[in-house]
Amino acid sequence: MKGKLYTYLAVLLLLVLVVVACGPQEQEEPTVGRLQLIKDRGYVICGCNAELPGFGYLNPQGEFEGFDVDFCRAIAAAVFGDATKVEFRPLTAAERLPALQTGEIDVLIRNTTWTLTRDSANELDWAAVTFYDGQGMMVPVATGWQTLEDMEGATVCCTTGTTTEMNLSDAFRARGVDYAPLLFEKTQDTATAYEEGRCDGQTSDKSQLAALRSAMARPEDHVILDVTMSKEPLGPLTAHGDNQWNDVVRWVVWGMMQAEESGIDSTNVDQMGSSDDPTIKRLLGVEGEVGASLGLPNDFMVKVIKQIGNYEEVYMQHLGPGGLDIPRGPNLLWTEGGLLYPMAWR
Amino acid sequence: MERPPAGTVHPDRGPIRPSPRREASSFGQQVIQFLLDERVINVLVQVLFTMAVLAVAGWMIYNYVQRGRTFTFGFLGEEASFDLAEGLEFSPTDPYARAFLVGVFNTIRVAVLGVILATILGLAAGIARLSDNWLISRIAGVYIEIVRNTPLLVQLFFLYFAVILKLPDITDAVTLPGPVFLSKRGIAIPWPVPAGSFVYWWPFVGVAVVLAIVLQVVRKQGEKRTGRPSFGLLWVFAPLINIPILGLLFFSFGYWWAFVTVALIVTVVLQVMRSRGEESMGRPGFGLLWVFAPLVIIPVLGLLILVLLGWPVLGSSPALLADLPEMVSKAGGVVRVEGGTTLSPEFVALLLGLVIYTGAFIAEVVRAGILSVPKGQTEAARAVGLTNAQVLRLVVLPQALRVIIPPLISQYLNLTKNSSLAIGIAFLDLYAVSNTMLNQSGRVVEVFIMIMASYLAMSLTISLIMNIVNRRIQIVER
Repeated sequence: MKGKLYTYLAVLLLLVLVVVACGPQEQEEPTVGRLQLIKDRGYVICGCNAELPGFGYLNPQGEFEGFDVDFCRAIAAAVFGDATKVEFRPLTAAERLPALQTGEIDVLIRNTTWTLTRDSANELDWAAVTFYDGQGMMVPVATGWQTLEDMEGATVCCTTGTTTEMNLSDAFRARGVDYAPLLFEKTQDTATAYEEGRCDGQTSDKSQLAALRSAMARPEDHVILDVTMSKEPLGPLTAHGDNQWNDVVRWVVWGMMQAEESGIDSTNVDQMGSSDDPTIKRLLGVEGEVGASLGLPNDFMVKVIKQIGNYEEVYMQHLGPGGLDIPRGPNLLWTEGGLLYPMAWR
Repeated sequence: MERPPAGTVHPDRGPIRPSPRREASSFGQQVIQFLLDERVINVLVQVLFTMAVLAVAGWMIYNYVQRGRTFTFGFLGEEASFDLAEGLEFSPTDPYARAFLVGVFNTIRVAVLGVILATILGLAAGIARLSDNWLISRIAGVYIEIVRNTPLLVQLFFLYFAVILKLPDITDAVTLPGPVFLSKRGIAIPWPVPAGSFVYWWPFVGVAVVLAIVLQVVRKQGEKRTGRPSFGLLWVFAPLINIPILGLLFFSFGYWWAFVTVALIVTVVLQVMRSRGEESMGRPGFGLLWVFAPLVIIPVLGLLILVLLGWPVLGSSPALLADLPEMVSKAGGVVRVEGGTTLSPEFVALLLGLVIYTGAFIAEVVRAGILSVPKGQTEAARAVGLTNAQVLRLVVLPQALRVIIPPLISQYLNLTKNSSLAIGIAFLDLYAVSNTMLNQSGRVVEVFIMIMASYLAMSLTISLIMNIVNRRIQIVER
């Protein structure tokens, strides 16, 4: 009887402690910004894709590689002066937004489309657009289909947790064409099911379709239709409400575009510091205090360009003729008729 | 511990009941006295525990709101604007709530079918494992060990990508009689659709239900009067199933229906005679063959007579029509199946995967249950001349069930929850639909609460049903 009584008292005490322990924590507020958190930690945590050739994937050496991955490295180079100080978290399409919202990762660079709802309701902040994409449709050449109207009654393979799903629905609804979606969690499974003939077509961003087709057994049997179902501006994003960190990401991306515009690349960056162009001087931190205002070393863009390169170098390495061979199209600089327009560097 | 009579002194602990001197003690002592009362502590602990749970929940919500997020289920009424092509009809203009319902329905469909089929497979494999036949017991053993010791997700992927999607293309689908078309686009089967006189079928169902209830009441009253039911439970279920079937036949087949009815009545009468004979003489007067023979012979004979007379076999206005699947060629060499119903490859793969996996576990549960019945029971049953099948059915299984049911409940719950792996193979179950919902609406916490509540509700329902079953089959101890 007595032992039981002490157990009760012990439990009681424990519960009181729990309640008391909960109390003071409620008053605590996060005061440290994400940038300071990263500096204290010593490396950047970057959410990325692990199975999309060209953008984010594991190469045979077991390292992450790709267009998106290089932007992660560029951010690490800007913050620490060392592009290797980055930890990659491979995420599925469905996992990526919660991972950012919960603060598990610092920045998400995983071909994520900038949409109104994601920006507002999901409480995320895009930093910039690194790649202007559009949703397309891949079908077997044998069907002879040219447009979505030809696809009456078709089954379309699609990866869930993406805007693709809704664009697909909108595109077919607008055309009054009956179809059935088949939703997979992983892009690789979607592609396998399509290649096995479970679906009549596969939809995704055109860049992704090109990447997936390149990995197929017989790429020549599949054609990407000349249909664009949506605007897909892809770019890095950070959690809502931390403007300082968002600014860092944004200006690193714009800095790489500006470098291309100003003719600076990884081979000539050391010499360009002596240029007379004030924009170049500010970009490379020879003049002005742009780095300090972001909370970074003044020469952060030198490190980025030296270790990663400018926008063109990154594009050509992964998406150029040696890689996925996607024409630059809208991803040219504004001076060459494209959409890339870095804001004024001053 | 038994309480000694009031006022007696316990040798070690002094008076149990406070003496008059202590009753008059200070207020503080009274409070301590009150707090140390076991009943008070019981209540107090519960109150404090509830408060702690609420505090933790409140703290979590507070943190959530503090992060600038709102907590609301309002999005459920908004337009979903995505498509779902499995189970209930769904259009992109339907609200999120309906999308969730589609997922719940699909999960229930897989879970219910899965539980039934896994039980059958598990029972068969469990009994086979104990078979005296070396080959049968080894086959069952290999099945159980391989399936039980590999992860379910791996099995699902294997079934889907390496088995189902390796079926032929729809253009050269395997055609089975029915017709049933097997291809990597699914299994197309004929499906009954209600036709003209379907509404007149409901009276048959009504009569069947009323009759079954009446029979059950009569049965229970007999049990009250004499201590044992006047007839078996079979006699309650037989009309419940047979009368609606007869109703369907009545509409679908004109005169032939009369022959079927006569055959059924003859069968019932013969079976009653047979069991009477068994009761009075200790052994049936004639074999079971004589009961089933008329059931087959009379309808066949009837069919022949009708054909010979040239009268129509089919009724003029059937209640149900079979909607047959049909291969239709479209432009561009594309072939589609129209009509009937198509079981999607994803549904088939998930159902097969869950049944095979859970069946292996149920087999082990069944084996343990059977082995728990003392050997003397089997030997005694054999000694009184029962056949192997009778030993199993009448002596072993009823006793084994008492051991089998409780772990079986866990297996049913596992099957239901494991169905959430469906998302890996593109089946639109509750979790897969919710996954799309939370991605499109951004309401992660709300949707996850809905997911958890749904699985909890399903699990508790299964537990409730199975606990009732469990209570019924346990030995009633007095």
